[in-house]
Amino acid sequence: MDVTYQDRIPNNVGLAENRSLQRALEHWQPEFLNWWDDMGPAGSRALDVYLRTAISVEKNGWANFDYVKMQDYRWGIFLNPAQPDRKVNFGVHKGQPAWQAVPGEYRSNLRRIIVTQGDTEPASVEQQRHLGHTCPSLYDLRNLYQINVEEGRHLWAMVYLLHAYFGRDGREESEALLERRSGDQDNPRILGAFNEKTPDWLSFFMFTFFTDRDGKFQLCALAESGFDPLARTTRFMLTEEAHHMFVGETGVGRIVQRTAQVMAREKTDDPQKLRALGVIDLPTLQRYLNFHYSITLDLFGSDLSSNAATFYATGLKGRYNESKIDDDHVLRDVEHPVLDLEDGRLVTRPAPMLNALNERLRDDYIKDTIAGVGRWNRQIEKEGVPAKLEVPHRAFNRRIGPLAAARIDPDGRVVSEAEWAARQDEWLPGASDRAYVASLMGRVVEPGAFANWIAPPPKGIHYRPLDFEYVRFA
Amino acid sequence: MLAFEAPVTFDTHPDRYKHWRLSFDGPVATLAMDVAEDAGIKPGYKLKLNSYDLGVDIELHDALQRIRFEHPTVRSVVITSLKDRIFCSGANIFMLGMSSHAWKVNFCKFTNETRNGIEDASAHSGLKFLAACNGTTAGGGYELALACDEILLIDDRSSAVSLPEVSLLGVMPGTGGLTRLTDKRKVRRDHADIFCTTPEGVRATRAKAWKLVDDTEKSRDFPGAVARRAAALAEASDRPRQANGVELTPLSRTIDETGYHYAYVDVCIDRKARSATITVGGPPRPQPSDPEALLALGAAWWPLAMARELDDAILMLRTNDLDIGMWLLKSRGNAGDVLAADASLVAHRDHWFVRETIGMLRRTLARLDVSSRSMFAILDESSCFAGTLLELALAADRSYMLLANDPAAGPHVTLSAVNFGMYSEVNGRSRIETRFCGEPEPIERLRAAAGTPLDTAAAVETGLITAAPDELDWDEELRMALEERASLSPDALSGLEANLRFPLFETMETRIFGRLSAWQNWIFTRPNAAGERGALKAFGTGAKAAFDWDRV
Ligand SMILES: [Fe+2]
Ligand SMILES: [Fe+2]
Repeated sequence: MDVTYQDRIPNNVGLAENRSLQRALEHWQPEFLNWWDDMGPAGSRALDVYLRTAISVEKNGWANFDYVKMQDYRWGIFLNPAQPDRKVNFGVHKGQPAWQAVPGEYRSNLRRIIVTQGDTEPASVEQQRHLGHTCPSLYDLRNLYQINVEEGRHLWAMVYLLHAYFGRDGREESEALLERRSGDQDNPRILGAFNEKTPDWLSFFMFTFFTDRDGKFQLCALAESGFDPLARTTRFMLTEEAHHMFVGETGVGRIVQRTAQVMAREKTDDPQKLRALGVIDLPTLQRYLNFHYSITLDLFGSDLSSNAATFYATGLKGRYNESKIDDDHVLRDVEHPVLDLEDGRLVTRPAPMLNALNERLRDDYIKDTIAGVGRWNRQIEKEGVPAKLEVPHRAFNRRIGPLAAARIDPDGRVVSEAEWAARQDEWLPGASDRAYVASLMGRVVEPGAFANWIAPPPKGIHYRPLDFEYVRFA
Repeated sequence: MLAFEAPVTFDTHPDRYKHWRLSFDGPVATLAMDVAEDAGIKPGYKLKLNSYDLGVDIELHDALQRIRFEHPTVRSVVITSLKDRIFCSGANIFMLGMSSHAWKVNFCKFTNETRNGIEDASAHSGLKFLAACNGTTAGGGYELALACDEILLIDDRSSAVSLPEVSLLGVMPGTGGLTRLTDKRKVRRDHADIFCTTPEGVRATRAKAWKLVDDTEKSRDFPGAVARRAAALAEASDRPRQANGVELTPLSRTIDETGYHYAYVDVCIDRKARSATITVGGPPRPQPSDPEALLALGAAWWPLAMARELDDAILMLRTNDLDIGMWLLKSRGNAGDVLAADASLVAHRDHWFVRETIGMLRRTLARLDVSSRSMFAILDESSCFAGTLLELALAADRSYMLLANDPAAGPHVTLSAVNFGMYSEVNGRSRIETRFCGEPEPIERLRAAAGTPLDTAAAVETGLITAAPDELDWDEELRMALEERASLSPDALSGLEANLRFPLFETMETRIFGRLSAWQNWIFTRPNAAGERGALKAFGTGAKAAFDWDRV
């Protein structure tokens, strides 16, 4: 029993000894595999993919690279090692022992937090399922699949919590996670950005840069949770999230690099000329950036939120790096600036910190994002091109919260509906941008070859050369 | 060891009554109120003018129980007073003024239940009640009279019936008075309006004209009239002419820091979790079924013994353990023996002793329905929710039944005839009927299933049970459900439960517990009544109450 379970579902949660968990997962696993068949990477059943598989939380637990058929991937369940005598570190329960079981009082809020996080994991797999047909290289295809199986594992991580700690409700929620569908009108995923299309690889890289970074900040906030199993699960998920952001940052970076190289060589910044040369011009990249950045900012939730206050006060969800912040970790009577609209103008006004915690997490995210965009700009600089990508104003193109009530341009200027309609194609990808990017999406599968619009990476995966056969076709 | 305050108990005996005299004359019993001023159940007030507090009402309740069981040949009861020119002036205002909100609410609930008990005895036990109002009959005094079948008021040119609560105290006639005026005595609403805002009340002639009393009699003829009416009421009774009573022996109860412990009922209190587990046991051995044998057992007959213990446990918890907001109802025992006892109850339901025992069970279960506590029934492996004991699960707000790996070895529930009308709630319906909001289809299905042990799947399928966690989920599921419940606002829960427990069907009693009590309890929390300058506090001090005039 022990061996079989450890083998099929690598874990450090005592699965072999836990009958109720086994039973729950035995029931859920076939449904998960059906979902993977229906909604996972299209046309991938026969592929052998050079993937890493986590088999333990030890240092080397990650370094297991081998060819795997994705449907046979061993989705494991891992918690970061327990910290002895861990305490609740914030909110009204601060200083009490961290909860090892769900406090009944917070059952529904905790369940909601976990379900909301869990729902994003299969959603992104669904969003990305057709990208395999248009990959710019085997290297990139493999990275896509690595992310896909890891998002699958993140789903397992959340389902583990639901199964292990929430009884029947948890099992029902786990099933519902497999039943919702990204972009489905009648049965959508919970959060807006996870119902958008990821139609091309530029969108994919932007998504993994921007939206997986939202994942990082959400996971960091949950890794502070007083509910210890959630904290330990999300802490471990962060190792994978870092790789997803790496794929996004280097993916966009390589596109930027390629474009800048051509701009320098041809001494032009004319988008038409650059498009004729088969690369993606910087204004188009800027518009994609604007789009992904703005819809991801919405994921942090409303600027003033009573849920955020409750989750923090009750010790369920902390701030980014909560334990490293030097304050009272209770936050009563503290204020935080939030943006609002007043007489058609953007104003900043103080709000109770507890209610502004979404905004606070958004601040941390924005800082992190600006640094990443700065690294892209250095690629451009390196080629000697005098141009820059910029992070738009945080109020730009928001669809939730008070800022959704106005049209705001990337500089943070409130504009009329007429001006928005006239100029939105300057700010957001329009049909012609998308059509152009789509026209570039070929399928490059010769080992070592890369599509024209993206530069090769400096090195391969796990010490393998660039022309390694990262994906084998049967 | 924890030092704990001595709890209020409901134990008493006619030999120890301080406030009532119980006497017998053939088929007529007389309960005469003679309240001892200095014998309040709590210190700090004097029980002047035959006013009452919880202690006075505990004796009234005890006396009614004694008449039911120990005096089966009593056919009518006269409720009167030994004080000169005063029948009863109602609940003691100084007691109300100094009591906590919770105490007031609980006190009113108990007094309401006692008055409902008088009407229950009239409706079900053939005991007819005559209020012989030999003097001033005010407030709660008149409400007590209203609970009787007939009211006879002395016509001495000064004695009046009155409900002065609104005028004098800024509260309402909340012990059923307002409701009984209209629903029971069919007093016209404008007359009732005037009556309830006229603090000096209404004297004999108009009282009779407005149907506030049934009859009046001059002082000189009053005793004779009382005797005549009592005899006439006795004549109409169907209680036995010849029978030996059953003595209500003292309950065998121990109280310790873990709770209250009886022979068949055990209350185990978890103060940290704010919950009490009430475990009710079935008969310890098969009970006889022959009425003579039941009489020989008397108070030791299981249905009666269990009912008395459960009744006491409910009252103890309500009065002494306010913060124990969650009652977990469990059962133990042999279902066959419970069902056999049920069969005796049904077979001999017309025998006076069995009839009284059924009544005792009915009123005790009805106390559960109106208790402001969350109740979850726990149907675990060793449970015995059959027939009468199944009523506990039906009274609960939710029920959790174990889904055993081997359902045959797991818990079962069994319905019996008693579940279909013998223990009506205050809404006059069975718990099954109430549960399904009167929808015939599920009720008929259950009626057809009576006598058959239903396993967990069948119990869930027929709607008897709320949820059925399996063995793996059981502990955690219950822990979370209980913790979650314990974290919710106790006030919101009381309101929620009181509403959901009584769908659709209204009776005078549901209106007393629902509408009248709810309004009264709201008024009790308002500064206009209970504030430092509110009417309840100002009464008797010479100060005038200061009201906030805004209508709410
Ligand atoms: Fe993820
Ligand atoms: Fe991710």
